[in-house]
Amino acid sequence: MGKARSAARGKASAAPAGAWGGRARPNPNPFEVKVNRQKFQVLGRKTRHDVGLPGVSRARALQKRTQTLLKEYKERDKSSVFRDKRFGEYNSSITPEEKMMKRFALEQQRQHEKKSIYNLNEDEELTHYGQSLADIEKHNDIVDSDSDAEDRGTLSAELTATHFGGGGGPLPGKAAQQPGGGEEPPKSRRELIEELIARSKQEKRERQAQREDALELTEKLDQDWKEIQALLARKTPKSESGGGKEKPKPDAYDMMVRELGFEMKAQPSSRMRTEEELAREEQERLRHLEAERLRRMLGREEDAHSKRPKHLSADDLNDGFVLDTDDRRLLSYKDGKMNVEEEPSEDTSGGESGEDEEEEGEGWSKGGPEDSDSPDGHSDLESDAESEDACRPEGAAGLESDADSTNTHERPQGGRRPSPGERLPTDDWAAARAQLPYTFTVPESCEELKSLLSGKSTEDQLLVVERIQKCNHPSLAVGNKAKLEKLFGFLLEYIGDLAASDPPDLGVIDRLVMPLYNLCQMFPESASDAVKFVLRDAMHEMEGTIETTGRAAFPGLDVLIYLKIAGMLFPTSDFWHPVVTPALLCLSQLLTKCPVQSLQDAVKGLFVCCVFLDYVALSQRVIPELINFLAGILHMATPNKQSQGYTLVHPFRALGKNSELLLVSDEEDMATWQRRSLPLQWAGGLEAQTETEANHARLSCLAVCLALVRRCVLAYGPLPSFHDITRPLRALLMATRCCPPALQELSRSILTEMENQPRHYRPLVCEKSKPVPLKLFTPRLVKVLEFGRKQGSTKEEQERRRLIHKHKREFKGAVREIRKDSQFLARTRLSEIRERDAERKRKVKQLFNSLATQEGEWKALKRRKFKK
Amino acid sequence: MEGDAGSGDARRALGHLVEAVLGSRGEANAVFDILAFLQSEDQEEIQEAVHACSRLFGALLARGELFVGQLPSEEMVLTGSRGANRKYKMWMRHRYHSCCNRLGELLAHSSFQVKELALSTLMKFVQLEGEHPLEKPKWEGNYLFPHQLFMLVVGGLLSPEEDRSLLLSQFREYLEHDDIRYHTMQAASDTVARAVGMQHPGVPLTFWNNAFMLLSSVSLPHQEGTLSSFYVKHTGECWGTWGTSTPAAPLQEHRKAFQQMWLRFLKHQLPLRVCKKVLVIMHDSILPHLAQPSLMIDFLTRAYDIGGAISLLALNGLFILIHKHNLEYPDFYRKLYGLLDPSVFHVKYRARFFHLADLFLSSSHLPAYLVAAFAKRLARLALTAPPEALLMVLPFICNLLRRHPACRVLMHRPRGPELDADPYDPAEEDPAQSRALESSLWELQALQQHYYPEVSKAASAINQALSVPEVSIAPLLEVTAFEIFERDLKKKGPGSVPLEFIPARGLLGRREDLCAQHFTLS
Repeated sequence: MGKARSAARGKASAAPAGAWGGRARPNPNPFEVKVNRQKFQVLGRKTRHDVGLPGVSRARALQKRTQTLLKEYKERDKSSVFRDKRFGEYNSSITPEEKMMKRFALEQQRQHEKKSIYNLNEDEELTHYGQSLADIEKHNDIVDSDSDAEDRGTLSAELTATHFGGGGGPLPGKAAQQPGGGEEPPKSRRELIEELIARSKQEKRERQAQREDALELTEKLDQDWKEIQALLARKTPKSESGGGKEKPKPDAYDMMVRELGFEMKAQPSSRMRTEEELAREEQERLRHLEAERLRRMLGREEDAHSKRPKHLSADDLNDGFVLDTDDRRLLSYKDGKMNVEEEPSEDTSGGESGEDEEEEGEGWSKGGPEDSDSPDGHSDLESDAESEDACRPEGAAGLESDADSTNTHERPQGGRRPSPGERLPTDDWAAARAQLPYTFTVPESCEELKSLLSGKSTEDQLLVVERIQKCNHPSLAVGNKAKLEKLFGFLLEYIGDLAASDPPDLGVIDRLVMPLYNLCQMFPESASDAVKFVLRDAMHEMEGTIETTGRAAFPGLDVLIYLKIAGMLFPTSDFWHPVVTPALLCLSQLLTKCPVQSLQDAVKGLFVCCVFLDYVALSQRVIPELINFLAGILHMATPNKQSQGYTLVHPFRALGKNSELLLVSDEEDMATWQRRSLPLQWAGGLEAQTETEANHARLSCLAVCLALVRRCVLAYGPLPSFHDITRPLRALLMATRCCPPALQELSRSILTEMENQPRHYRPLVCEKSKPVPLKLFTPRLVKVLEFGRKQGSTKEEQERRRLIHKHKREFKGAVREIRKDSQFLARTRLSEIRERDAERKRKVKQLFNSLATQEGEWKALKRRKFKK
Repeated sequence: MEGDAGSGDARRALGHLVEAVLGSRGEANAVFDILAFLQSEDQEEIQEAVHACSRLFGALLARGELFVGQLPSEEMVLTGSRGANRKYKMWMRHRYHSCCNRLGELLAHSSFQVKELALSTLMKFVQLEGEHPLEKPKWEGNYLFPHQLFMLVVGGLLSPEEDRSLLLSQFREYLEHDDIRYHTMQAASDTVARAVGMQHPGVPLTFWNNAFMLLSSVSLPHQEGTLSSFYVKHTGECWGTWGTSTPAAPLQEHRKAFQQMWLRFLKHQLPLRVCKKVLVIMHDSILPHLAQPSLMIDFLTRAYDIGGAISLLALNGLFILIHKHNLEYPDFYRKLYGLLDPSVFHVKYRARFFHLADLFLSSSHLPAYLVAAFAKRLARLALTAPPEALLMVLPFICNLLRRHPACRVLMHRPRGPELDADPYDPAEEDPAQSRALESSLWELQALQQHYYPEVSKAASAINQALSVPEVSIAPLLEVTAFEIFERDLKKKGPGSVPLEFIPARGLLGRREDLCAQHFTLS
């Protein structure tokens, strides 16, 4: 309440203009001014309440209270209220207009009922803006103020005369004296007015006609101008269109000049590089890629690698002065010897670089760089056709190196365009190839691809794929990229079908790997997606069988081949790779979840092991599952089953149906066995063999297994817990006795390898971490940025504080107001009481007075009587 | 079509017969015709006959037209000189018996519908007999449960020949009722005892499976005062005398019966598979309802000593006994230590086992040598574990080291002498003798070279001083290889996919690749 009133007071105080604040007033009463004197002058401080008018403000407050509070107080016991009984006053559902209409109707009704029952003529008077409509109608020809702008202000004489001249107008008696009406008989007022009206109407009509004329003229002028303008603006085109048919043909010279101007300048071609240079370049590239690979293998970030400690001389002034580029190596010691960094990829790329060299040599000398910038399909085909004639040496090797050369050409990293100078193999293939069309559209589905490739020889299939790729090179048309991306998936599916067929067509797959690789190089993203897709499919299937039966069988050959291909398309040594890491998990699942139940399973398992080890060939990572699996395979080949010193894990059982799957007991078979590689077809389906063949297969498996064990031993030798990892293997190797001498030899060598591994167990030590700094007791210093403001808080906090402060102030003000109100009321009440008392006193006095007078009179009378 | 017509005929005929028998006692011999239908080969006819029997004897029981009391044999009935009414009642009671026996046989019928029908009819008879007892109550208002009939039902359910799991799941509905449950518990333990006694050479697995199925479907309510749903509507108001003859005993009695049932079941030599099943539900639905849970100790210790997965499962029950019932188990940790072998990472109950192991090893009052032995053992086993298990066990080991700072020497031993062999003895069964504290976790160092990047990262945690807060292994317990495979497939690497730069030559790869060395295409 107090608050509301104080707000109202603020508004009221604005009314006596400038009353607030003494300075605003011209000459305040010096006795009312109260000055708050400052003791000290503080520079920069703004004082707000140095001068005040307490008397004035108190009077105003009092006045306000008498107007509001006192009124309330006086009406405190009154219960009657003022009510507005107009129609619909408190009804908010009626719009104001309706309200007005209703009110008007009601009023009319009331009027009608009251007085005009017998008054038939009198209609109600219609009004407009308070003026009677009848009145308005009477002088209906008010001069249109818009239409006659020219004579605004100068009213025509007649008009003036009629309206103003003589107030009541020319009286009939006076008409004769009028100047204009000499000969004519004096007109009546009515006639006069009619005349006037007629004239003014005529004038108006004339004016209108004039205006229309003007308008017409303007329009005409406009049209004319437009015509002229058209003439002006389109002068030249008109003139050309007039005689434009014989346009002067650019003469040959001009054309030549233009063409020469736009023609590409012959660029200085780089010198034909010698073979050594090419080889060196290739080597450089490979080295760069190898370095990239190493970085990814270690899982390091890019910059982490580049930030190697710089060589610092002892005399370095650390002034940033560099004499020359620093090519010295950091001096470091390893195992007591000076660590000399070698070219990291010298040895790894040595073998290939030689091959590449040859291929490059051939490729460049024949294909030639001059062809390389005509990338359209026809020239490709032409050159294809041409090159068919070109005689080539022997067949298979030729094709292979050919494919290789295309590989190198089309590799994006190489930065070279796909070479069109495609030399196709020899004449004797030409006949066969003649049946093949030269252009192919990219198949839209896998079935289409299959129908395209089925029934053709391996070479033809390759050629078809190659041509599809060529004809639809992404640089030729917009949609080609998407099409070729799909082609990768179809090819993969096709390969899966080939592998799943019986017998698996491995030869074709072997060749198809190269186009796959090329496509993958072109479209890494879609290729990785496609590979992921097939892997997910395989895993889904396995997961399903594991869910239902608790274990899974080894998948078909297609999955194994997918895994192998994934390892060839993507770098397997990366710390994490979007395709390779899932593939690794897939391999691990194959080794842990699928029990070996037949010789075929063993072959598959060993192939998986090979793939797995190939994956980690460069990174030398640990695969616990692999060791378990090899141990299991060895266990199957071990005759006496007292499992000493090793325990088998999940898919293998120490005893059971398959625990002697690979055991060969026939001495003769052992003697006749010769070591050879396992055919991959066995994994697809192992046909029933004779006992001897089966035994030989078993021994081959065992040989592969031992070779893998040897590989593992070599790879994991440096690991700190190498002997713990290989403990089961060693126990099993010790137990293996009866096998062909070659294998015995192998297992013996493995054992010696194992023994030769150093056994150094250096206790682990954590890397030193930074010591945690001690707590300090220095006071926290905060810079004061602005005086008079609370520091060190956020904006929200400041706002909150401000609000709290405001609230407090308002609250105090309200309390003060309420207190003053009650004081005021008490004062009023007191004065009322006093008034009442005074009145009463006065009345009592009056009574006493009258009584005394009465008494006096009575006594006087008595005395008088008594005297008498 | 013909069958339908036949069954329709049978239904009509049976309806007439039932009407006749119920209508007048003179037609009573028609009962034989009805019972003959029960022997029929045709499934439909049997069903109709069962329906008819249910109606007929249901009505007779309700009317009280069956003899009440000790039933003399049939010859005696016929020869004896009693009133015709009495004779009729006795005769009818004999028919009722034969009907029940036939129904009991029908529980082994090949068709499930017949089985189900027979079961529901028998249970209906149980209900009616409970309301109108066929024995004379010893005193007024005494409650009589038809024990014999019910034994017949339970005996039929626990068949040694075939798997009755479907029928048992039907029977589970009746177990909602407190009285049925109570008497089932009694009848089941009797039946099991009898079955084991009878078949000397060995009880077949199916019997155990059926018995387990029945026993495991008995579930007691948790709190007192809810014993209110009775299958047999009792009319007597005698509530004061609790005993075997009362409708159902209070929860305490139920618990006793429950305990009795399980103990008598478990004291037999159970097949391993059943044993596993019992152990799986032990902690959840058996132990909390026993009157004296500590009586389970025999079974649990026996199971714990078997080894392998059974031991892992027994661990859970043992833990509850130790934790809640104050069981003192000597050499508990030693046995737990013994349970750790390479197969723990491959068994189905891996998550449960490691959850419990985490609980057991969470005490900070364990001796350091023990914790070190566990850590070292787990690390050694990790050398044979698949990646999904490694993702769980590596944080587990780190947690152990965090809890017991005395064990940190396993990962940080400055100024230690270089050794030429691991002092830890993996073959030692006693953790105290294993010298684990003198060793270091070289296994984890080796696993830093693991092919799976996350495992490698987890193993690298020991390179730095361990952070103080423990890593919660709860979300890692259930992780499967398939899940991490999916996770990796979804993960997007930064930038484009890196590619192999050495061009492919053929399916088997380059000459030095292992595949090319050991496999040929043809």
